[in-house]
Amino acid sequence: MENRLIATSSPHIRSHDSTTSVMLDVVIALVPALIASIYFFGMTAAVTVALSIGSAVGTEALIQKITRQRVTINDLSAVITGLLMGFNLPPTTPWWLPVIGSFVAIAIGKQVFGGIGNNFINPALAGRAFLVASWPVQMTAWVNPGSVDTVTAATPLALLKGSPENLQPLIDVVLGRIPGSLGETSAILLLIGGAYLLYRKVISWRIPVAYIGTVALIAFITTDFNLTYTAYHIFGGGLMLGAIFMATDYSSSPVTNKGKILFGIGAGLLTMIIRLYSSSAEGVTYSILFMNVATPLIEKYTAPRVFGTGGVRK
Amino acid sequence: MNKVGLTFKGGIHPPHHKDRTENKAIEIAPVPKEVVIPLVQHIGAPCEPVVKVGDYVKVGQLIGEAKAFVSAPIHASVSGTVKKIEKRPSPVGARINSVVIATDGEQAIHESIVPKGKLEDLSPDELKTIIKNSGITGMGGAGFPTHVKVSPPQDKKIDLLIINGAECEPFLTSDHRVMLEMPDKIINGTRAIMKALNVDKAIIGIENNKPDAIKVIKEAVKEFPDITVAELRTKYPQGGEKSLIYAVANKEVPSGGLPMDVGVVVQNIGTVVAISNAIETGMPLVERVVTVTGSAVKEPKNLMIKIGTSFKDAIDFCGGYSEELGKLINGGPMMGIAQYTDEVPIIKGTSGILVLNKLDSVPPDPTNCIRCAKCIHGCPVYLQPLMISKNSLLGRFDEAEAYNAMDCIECGICSFVCPAKIPLVDSIRMAKKEIVEKRKKSEGVKG
Repeated sequence: MENRLIATSSPHIRSHDSTTSVMLDVVIALVPALIASIYFFGMTAAVTVALSIGSAVGTEALIQKITRQRVTINDLSAVITGLLMGFNLPPTTPWWLPVIGSFVAIAIGKQVFGGIGNNFINPALAGRAFLVASWPVQMTAWVNPGSVDTVTAATPLALLKGSPENLQPLIDVVLGRIPGSLGETSAILLLIGGAYLLYRKVISWRIPVAYIGTVALIAFITTDFNLTYTAYHIFGGGLMLGAIFMATDYSSSPVTNKGKILFGIGAGLLTMIIRLYSSSAEGVTYSILFMNVATPLIEKYTAPRVFGTGGVRK
Repeated sequence: MNKVGLTFKGGIHPPHHKDRTENKAIEIAPVPKEVVIPLVQHIGAPCEPVVKVGDYVKVGQLIGEAKAFVSAPIHASVSGTVKKIEKRPSPVGARINSVVIATDGEQAIHESIVPKGKLEDLSPDELKTIIKNSGITGMGGAGFPTHVKVSPPQDKKIDLLIINGAECEPFLTSDHRVMLEMPDKIINGTRAIMKALNVDKAIIGIENNKPDAIKVIKEAVKEFPDITVAELRTKYPQGGEKSLIYAVANKEVPSGGLPMDVGVVVQNIGTVVAISNAIETGMPLVERVVTVTGSAVKEPKNLMIKIGTSFKDAIDFCGGYSEELGKLINGGPMMGIAQYTDEVPIIKGTSGILVLNKLDSVPPDPTNCIRCAKCIHGCPVYLQPLMISKNSLLGRFDEAEAYNAMDCIECGICSFVCPAKIPLVDSIRMAKKEIVEKRKKSEGVKG
């Protein structure tokens, strides 16, 4: 035969999914919360998120150019890191905070370890932890929605810890009309985004359900079975953003089904320990980072049972 | 997506692509000018040629004798003159000693071909002998000699026969057409195997994307209460032996074990028909139904075709190539083997010839694993393909073995679903090969 045939090994057909299509789904799922963020906190929210994304994508491209790797910014993973970084900043943030945060997230949180798929911690949370440690004042300058650069306000979780009599109405908490990080406040829109990701099979239910369920259970018990306070714990902080979008990061969470459940329970437990017993009102960031580090160990002990090795009767 | 029907855990729903041929009746392909019949078409020992260059042979005549137990004899599919006995490319990879016959078009039938009598009059041992002497092998792809499967060791009690009519590979419709057009042969063959195995229960499993076949076979089994039809959920790899047994009998074949370890024997639809023919007419396995399909063939068809016909002749009979050829596959797109030439013969295990254009053939560019775990969720034997592949590529074959690489059935799901387009099966196969080598070596040291 004159023309050469392609002789690769099976399978000879592939699914239409690609890394980019998966990441695009995550971006789509974050759009409602982004719109809410701009609606509640104004154009500064848009500028902050834009700077954050720009810095993340720019850093990734720059590092890949310098180290002579294939530039993979088209896979949109840096866009997600930038989006999540921006979502984790307070509305009054100075312009350089998102830029530094995303730089640290991509450079130290991701590229140092080999880029996409190899980061053992969530890059955006690594960036956030760095910012909180370095500029604690700017990172906790919460304001009420619609009143940017005015008086600082307390988040529901801070009020829950200090003066629960001043808590915002629960409906505002669910909708997102409360002080908090840019993207974390609208619980309902984050849930809609999560539902989309479940429908598209981008994430499994296991981590979010185990995580939120554990927080709910502990909150319910420790608030003397007060459903209202429990609801504030669930909707009032960074739990929705963390449980649906951060804890489910593929690279830094377990690949096994049982492992995902354990990961969620562990993150929920740590979140509530920090919220209840530390000086900080919120604990989502550090609990996820801690569980990220535990992921290889969790995977080791939660390997699936191989077909034909017990379980079902012969 | 339908949720009806028996099934297994894991698996995927690849596009079917069966519409090209599923409604086309089986056509009888003309006898080609020349056939090339490999002397190994099965898993097991090669056959010894019993003809010489220049000999005149007739249809059904023995040309390759099986000397070992795990082997299956080879017969002439045409009448004509033996031209050469030499190594030729085979669709399963290596160059294999083959008998090349120039056909005379007479299709004179060999004197040894006589009906074997009624099923009622044949003993289980006689049936096994007929199956063995007719060169019948598994026709779903792997090609394990059938007489070995129907002769389990004394300590393995077989209580269920499953006939595999799942045909879960996309594109392929040969079993589908056989079920529609030859239901009586399927019943006869099934009853013959039941008798040979001494089992009183048989189940014919059919995926529910073939409702017409389910209807026809249900009708055909009406008067045989010991044969039933199981409707299977359409999901790949429903026709994989382990997945099929799990779906139909709710039993897991033990890791490293065989279906007979759970008292089950599985036979493919084509194999069952071949057995029926061998008893009724005495004709050994010399022809089969092959689906010729894909994006680069003019008129996709289901062909009844002589073993030894070249892929090229089969494609020419389907109108030839419709555009520049990219890939030529023996079998289906999930587990089939890509060929480097169209001068390879159709063998007993060729269920389909997939002809793909350039566009469908270009392998995608792999990128980093993003650990999405789609390969884990799809794996029908519950492995962690990403872990095996990673360790294999790093040369850490002991770790790959610890992740149960040897349980991989190479169904191709992990590579199919991977959004990063990583050819996971390739590296898992590599690990399996290394592990087998290592085990052989350590056995050698012990011995």
